[in-house]
Amino acid sequence: MKRSNEPIFWSLFGAGGMLAALIGPALVFITGIAVPFGLIFKPDTMSYAHMLALSQNWAGKIFILAVIALFLWHAAHRIHILLHDFGVHAVTAVRVLCYGGAFAGTVIAAYTLLMIKA
Amino acid sequence: MADTEKIIEIEVLRYRPEQDKEPVWQTYKVPFTDDMSVLQGVQYIKDYLDETVSFRWSCRMAICGSCGMMIDDKPKLSCKTFLRDYYPGKLRVEALKHLPIERDLIVDATDFMKKLESIKPYIIPKEERTLAQGEYLQTPQQRDMYEQFSSCINCMLCYAACPQYGLNPKFTGPGILALMHRYNADSRDGGQAERNELGYADEGYWGCTAVGYCSEVCPKGVDPANAINQNKMNSAINYFTRFITPGGADK
Ligand code: SF4
Ligand code: FES
Repeated sequence: MKRSNEPIFWSLFGAGGMLAALIGPALVFITGIAVPFGLIFKPDTMSYAHMLALSQNWAGKIFILAVIALFLWHAAHRIHILLHDFGVHAVTAVRVLCYGGAFAGTVIAAYTLLMIKA
Repeated sequence: MADTEKIIEIEVLRYRPEQDKEPVWQTYKVPFTDDMSVLQGVQYIKDYLDETVSFRWSCRMAICGSCGMMIDDKPKLSCKTFLRDYYPGKLRVEALKHLPIERDLIVDATDFMKKLESIKPYIIPKEERTLAQGEYLQTPQQRDMYEQFSSCINCMLCYAACPQYGLNPKFTGPGILALMHRYNADSRDGGQAERNELGYADEGYWGCTAVGYCSEVCPKGVDPANAINQNKMNSAINYFTRFITPGGADK
């Protein structure tokens, strides 16, 4: 029997799910509600200068990349197996679209973050 | 009150290979009392209305696992399901989904049996012991690791519930993977490496997409979805660490 390569996708899926569960709602609240409505945080919390500073910092880069990439891989796997459960049999096409999308998103995010010089 | 006779309509999906091109519904009116199971309803049909109706049963007490059928489209043990819960409506009974119908309510379990054998569903001793050395001891904690998974009665309800098995019959399926876990998790057993070659394949744990309906329909609380999920974790750890653990890279 051939060993499955599924652990790669499943691990990314699991890591993304864990991260999403831990900080997803908080991120939505902070970036989508609190800051725009001027609650709790200072109004300039997400100003260009602050966000640029975050993405110039290595820890900041890793954080942003983790959020973007792992969320994407989580979604890709979820959508892929959901389509499978519903009987969409174009397996290769679905895989290429889902995982290819997550891969492209990861590469673009990583490249962009690397290009932001301090 | 319990004994006043009521009549319930039971629709049975008939399939007699010698005369039916495809399965057809047939309706029977069955007098019943509140203590009668669906199995007893079908037995009434065979005894008094139509002796050609075929189905499997044995223990009548949710132990033998042979009376599984789709009851109103849900996989259930017919001896553990009661007619009163469907009255005054009617109910439909048919052979378990995802398995070939042999005749009427009887499915062909060949695939299930083959898979069951393939996982070596017995203890492969970790260390050989002579009689003089006595029995293999196990603590209650060690027993707890597998006990729940040892309650499986091979009723195949979870196979009728599993969309993955329905899509791809190569998938080993919930009940048997849970049983594989039952032996792998036994402190006396040393057969993990042999069994996990299948477990770590697409046909093994990875064929599961965590739908969880298997655990919902299981009449014995086995929770196959949980067994499979635990093993996905083990399999993933093994996948990434196999090159640094001795003997791990050969598969
Ligand atoms: S796991 Fe449960 S539903 Fe599946 S075969 Fe065993 S007893 Fe039946
Ligand atoms: S007759 Fe044995 S489980 Fe139902």
